Amino acid sequence: MARAELMDFDEALELFEPVIGLEVHVELNTRTKMFSAAPNPANSEFHGAEPNTLVAPVDLGLPGSLPVVNGEAVRNSISLGLALGCGIAESCRFARKNYFYPDLAKNYQISQYDEPIAFEGSVEVELENGRVFQVPIERAHMEEDAGKLTHVGGSTGRIHGAEYSLVDYNRAGVPLVEIVTRPIFGGEADAPALARAYVSTIRDIVISLGISEARMERGNLRCDANVSLRPRAAAGEPAEPLGTRTETKNVNSFRSIERAVRHEIQRQAAILAKGGTITQETRHWHEDTGTTSPGRPKSDADDYRYFPEPDLLPVVPSRELVEELRAALPEPPAARRRRLKTEWGFTDLEFLDVLNGGLLVEVAETVAAGASPAAARKWWTGELTRLANARDTDAASLVTPAEVAELAALVEAGTLTDRLARQVLEGVAAGEGSPKQVVDARRLAVVSDDGALVAAIDEALASQPDVLAKIRDGKVQAAGAVIGAVMKAMQGKADAARVRELVLERAAGADAGA
Amino acid sequence: MSEINAEQVAHLANLARIALTEEEIEHLTAELRQIMQAVEKVSEVATPDVPPTSHPIPMQNVFRDDVVGDVLTVEQALSGAPESDGSRFVVSAILGEEQ
Repeated sequence: MARAELMDFDEALELFEPVIGLEVHVELNTRTKMFSAAPNPANSEFHGAEPNTLVAPVDLGLPGSLPVVNGEAVRNSISLGLALGCGIAESCRFARKNYFYPDLAKNYQISQYDEPIAFEGSVEVELENGRVFQVPIERAHMEEDAGKLTHVGGSTGRIHGAEYSLVDYNRAGVPLVEIVTRPIFGGEADAPALARAYVSTIRDIVISLGISEARMERGNLRCDANVSLRPRAAAGEPAEPLGTRTETKNVNSFRSIERAVRHEIQRQAAILAKGGTITQETRHWHEDTGTTSPGRPKSDADDYRYFPEPDLLPVVPSRELVEELRAALPEPPAARRRRLKTEWGFTDLEFLDVLNGGLLVEVAETVAAGASPAAARKWWTGELTRLANARDTDAASLVTPAEVAELAALVEAGTLTDRLARQVLEGVAAGEGSPKQVVDARRLAVVSDDGALVAAIDEALASQPDVLAKIRDGKVQAAGAVIGAVMKAMQGKADAARVRELVLERAAGADAGA
Repeated sequence: MSEINAEQVAHLANLARIALTEEEIEHLTAELRQIMQAVEKVSEVATPDVPPTSHPIPMQNVFRDDVVGDVLTVEQALSGAPESDGSRFVVSAILGEEQ
């Protein structure tokens, strides 16, 4: 595949204004599916079930089966709509979106078309550099997720060249809310970061509402990024019309969202600058190469032949219910951020570090699990971010906040030094178990037994009599050599400060001739 | 509404994955045209103050509690499949149509 030509990002921005639009799919974590009573794999309790073990007749579109709406999913959708500042429909209906693809057995997806449950909202998004945007929300509508296809055979295993596909319908019928923004202008050079910060904000919102597990690596939160460029209008001239957009599908980590938007800006700019035209199409994001490739041409909405779903009745949320849900809304993320910054006592820089990493929720949950704010911040923005970057993933996918809190407690108790703790994190990230289990399995605990330390110290002092003499002469810095030897003997599993204390103590009392 | 033509019928057939011969397209174009005319007649009387009916009985808000119910066994789920690998349905690969 030929690599797309890219224009330098800054140059692209001089010539064109980027306009982005984002579609985020949120899998709700209700116990059952949207239209059937089968367990919902987007709920952690049922995650990872064997293929086709979470399917009811409705999910397979078997003849005679009829969908019934999950009332909890509707309430969750209303709460989400309210948190997005949306109006809630007085009455709305489901619609059939007809398409033939084996990810849905019915040959249609039940969605909402011209009557979304929530519409016209706005979300405050704060960027890493402190810029604040109001992202306009067009709508949030309810629908069902599709099954999972695994393409087998062919030269690459990807869809092109595949010989057959295996279908698992566990995910078919998982309740989804699709949140669609209006075109977002004014992002300029921050457009890629804005896209990332927006998705991060949506994630914060659904987590604070408790309506989704919001784990991107599991596909609980998925983002499609629309990007178009329009030429900059000459001074005094009216704005140019919007350019043709592409939709990059299923960009499923914060890092990728930023990279994908940036890539599309550079790719489209290179084409337009040469007088070429952008094809309106969906594009696939390739995590490994950081590039996009063409998918199918974008279907006309007409081709989906939407019509009101005849098997379901209108949803008419009472105003009492809406107000009840509004009253129960958690603190908005922006307000929550301001409060947490104060409570944690972080500097602007420290707090931005957390926000930039999309780690606010992780740090908050780690603090809630008992860690100090400083320790929570240190592990998430330090070692865990490093591990995540090395694996091209998000830190949240490596460990849970509870595990980080457990690790911080082990460090606090002196069981682990920072150096050992980093090794433990690596073990936890590699799936070796909880921090305590990794400590036991890898024998990483600090040697806190003074007897063992003293033995090693005495040995080191005895083998370096010149150092011992210097220490006794008051040249305390000479102790470093002994401390180093002891740490080496202990394979790093000792608290250096404690070793130093003991070295000085033993040096003062030890018999030089021993 | 513009009159339905053979090209539109062929497009619809493609969307619905139905293989039609030229004769069938011609035949269906005429039939669909008649159906469209009938719908247009209805549209004449369906003024904006008449709400569209999607259900014959005026009911709303029929919800299910979020309580787990029965599921099929894998064997049951796959029993109607022409082909399976024992846990998943086997379907022929369809190129480039991921939704």
